[in-house]
Amino acid sequence: MFMWIFLISDAFTFSALLIAYGALRHRFTDIWPAPGDVFTHFPFIHGNVPLAYVAFMTFVLIMSSVTMVLAVEEGHRRNNRGVAFWLILTIVGGFIFLGSQAWEWYHFIVGSDKGAYILEDGRFARTDNYAPGSLFFWENYERTEVTGAEAERLVASAQKNIRGANLVENEYGDTPLFANFFFFITGFHGFHVFSGVVINIIILINVLNGVYARRGHYEQVEKTGLYWHFVDLVWVFVFTFFYLV
Amino acid sequence: MEVKQGVQVEHAAEHDAHDHEHHDTFWTKYVFSQDHKMISKQFLITAIIMAYMAMAMSMIFRLQLAWPGEAFPFLEKIIPNFAPDGILDPSAYLAFVTLHGTIMVFFVLTGGLSGTFSNLLIPLQVGARDMASGFLNMLSYWFFFASCTVMTISIYVEGGAASGGWTIYPPLSALPQAIPGSGMGMTLWLVSMALFIISALLGGINYVCTIINLRTKGMTLTRLPLTIWAFLITATLGILSFPVLLSAALLLIFDRSFGTSFYLSDIFIAGEPLAHSGGSPILFQHLFWFLGHPEVYIVLLPALGLASEVISVNARKPIFGYKAMVVSMLVIAFLSFIVWGHHMFITGMNPFLGSVFVFTTLLVAIPSAVKTFNYIATLWRANIQFTPQMLFGIGLVSFFISGGLTGIILGDSALDINLHDNYFVVAHFHIVMGASAIFGMFAGVYHWFPRMFGRMMNKKLGYAHFWLTVIAVYGVFFPMHFLGLAGVPRRYYANTAYKEFDALININELVTVMAMLGGIAQLIFLFNFVYSIFRGKASPQNPWKSNTLEWTAPVKHLHGNWPGRIPVIHRWPYDYSKPGAKDDYIPQTVPFTETPESNLPADEREAKFNEEIANARSDV
Repeated sequence: MFMWIFLISDAFTFSALLIAYGALRHRFTDIWPAPGDVFTHFPFIHGNVPLAYVAFMTFVLIMSSVTMVLAVEEGHRRNNRGVAFWLILTIVGGFIFLGSQAWEWYHFIVGSDKGAYILEDGRFARTDNYAPGSLFFWENYERTEVTGAEAERLVASAQKNIRGANLVENEYGDTPLFANFFFFITGFHGFHVFSGVVINIIILINVLNGVYARRGHYEQVEKTGLYWHFVDLVWVFVFTFFYLV
Repeated sequence: MEVKQGVQVEHAAEHDAHDHEHHDTFWTKYVFSQDHKMISKQFLITAIIMAYMAMAMSMIFRLQLAWPGEAFPFLEKIIPNFAPDGILDPSAYLAFVTLHGTIMVFFVLTGGLSGTFSNLLIPLQVGARDMASGFLNMLSYWFFFASCTVMTISIYVEGGAASGGWTIYPPLSALPQAIPGSGMGMTLWLVSMALFIISALLGGINYVCTIINLRTKGMTLTRLPLTIWAFLITATLGILSFPVLLSAALLLIFDRSFGTSFYLSDIFIAGEPLAHSGGSPILFQHLFWFLGHPEVYIVLLPALGLASEVISVNARKPIFGYKAMVVSMLVIAFLSFIVWGHHMFITGMNPFLGSVFVFTTLLVAIPSAVKTFNYIATLWRANIQFTPQMLFGIGLVSFFISGGLTGIILGDSALDINLHDNYFVVAHFHIVMGASAIFGMFAGVYHWFPRMFGRMMNKKLGYAHFWLTVIAVYGVFFPMHFLGLAGVPRRYYANTAYKEFDALININELVTVMAMLGGIAQLIFLFNFVYSIFRGKASPQNPWKSNTLEWTAPVKHLHGNWPGRIPVIHRWPYDYSKPGAKDDYIPQTVPFTETPESNLPADEREAKFNEEIANARSDV
């Protein structure tokens, strides 16, 4: 009961953030970066693989929900070893997700080789690691490219070069809000995942010490499971809003 | 539900066995108590301290408003930092206005009102040993205490307390360089509010769980006293709206401290453009008022619940339209989530959207009128006992009517455009939400004081307190409507620059004199309260001849509330002056079989239902 009510209230927190995101993004739809142009990295692969890594992260997190369900199921069967086994896998899944998010943030913060330029006329031009020497514009949902000598001339006369992303500016789009919301909402969600992993570890220690076996029921595992599924569900929305649309 | 109740009864039996070996130390009994009755006293006393602080601030800035620029030497003695030469400093004025609003809305009328009475009455009136989680309940109080402490400290930091008004709109609140109060004071305001939100959520979740899971046998939802319905709905509102304030505050913290642009765009300070771009200060207002409007009902509903109980008991009549009361509270709660735009008519909102908000806002008048007429119908031809709590209850109804009428005016966007942000608004919300809620709280304190402290408050002082306060409240806020209609803007330090307002200064003087009268009246209350805790007349078991369950518990508090088994409920709580009955009240614990002389045909069904639950196994 406590957990359900808490989750309802937490759902309102996330809804408020995502609605705020939607409202402000709506003002800049024409220049909002396309996710496929931003998240292009995959470990050990040199090449343009847009959104592949986040798909992997999402898969891991959803699988960790499956293992959590199995842990709860073993709890119903009063199988202490089974609960511990599936909980460990859930925790491992949580750590993989958190590590992946750190990796994703790292590449987001460092950015591309050349970054973006604010040109002499104030236009915002990005570079592309996979097409060296060229510039491209993302305006009115369209990508236009400039190459060769023209690009060199524009770069030479640019007002400013932006590398990577921080809370004040970013190389992905001509609005700080893109990185602001990315950091804030994925960070807030990551904090939830981190809390979930910590809670899962505490529960695992209790399981290993036989606390719930003595108590005769594994309700605590079920409650933690609720929280974990909720965090997963929120990620589905965060993933949709930041990576798919 | 049956299972849960069974578990509780079992647990209760266990508990009784434990009771004898239970020894509290000073720390576990008075400080880190997990007993709901002690926590309720902690909330009440903390809230009273905060309330007097906020009231003192209002008196000081009222002096400035009535006699702008005049020196009051005694101010220099009591608050030298804020009033050098006896004249209130402009930034101290803004800080006092902000803190007066923040403290009164959040700490007194949310934390104080819900915290005190939900804690005291929920377990006692639904028949539970304690809250669902005593530990979280204790945490709820201590987060509240920490929050109050941080807010108090913020007055004394460099730059002073937050000064952007209790609504803390950015960009004023988002840019530390904007005004002195937007520096450290604003940071502490946000810290304090984050602590407060945690406290409110812990408390609210606890209240809802206790009401849903821990009702005693026979306490069906339709037999709950209206107080409990009010607390349930209030807690739900808090659980749904405070998280949104948390989101808004977190985004504001990032704008203030980490350079993000959620609420900021195109800002120049001292001729220099700031790096922020793309954000929207209106976004903050939407998020804030999504909390802010339900907050009005978080403040008001518990007061209405307390008044329902007090009025019914003292009218010696069943509350008129019990189910209509519950449904109207539910409707008010639902509507409160879709009216927030009426605070924002002049933000450049699309006029069509504005008219949608006008429509939903005016709908609130319907359930409010249902409640008002029910109160009046309850009082109609009743055997009214004019106890102090009854007077405060009637006062609440009076304020609810007069403040509600101006609400209809302000809810209309065409009229609101003229009246926005001037003293008409100040008058409106002080009467309908401030005075109504505080009168509900006073009614609650006078009524349940014997239950809290085992002693009675002095009646004569109570009458003096009531009459002086009611005169002062109308004396302060009625004239303010005219200031507002004349266009005097709220929150201004002085209006001396506008010659057309000079003629209105005597209205301001009247308001300030009345405010002082109100302040003196509260000293009577303070004396009565403190004196009665130690020296009041000892309370009998059931001083007001009330039906509800809390008056069956022993006057001397004990952990677990009732010795032995928890009483079983047989009827609804409003059997007052039932035709044919021996007494003019029949407590909820009296079975129908003992009152054949007064049973109505409809009671047969209730009696049959009682039999069914009596036969149900309680040890499942």
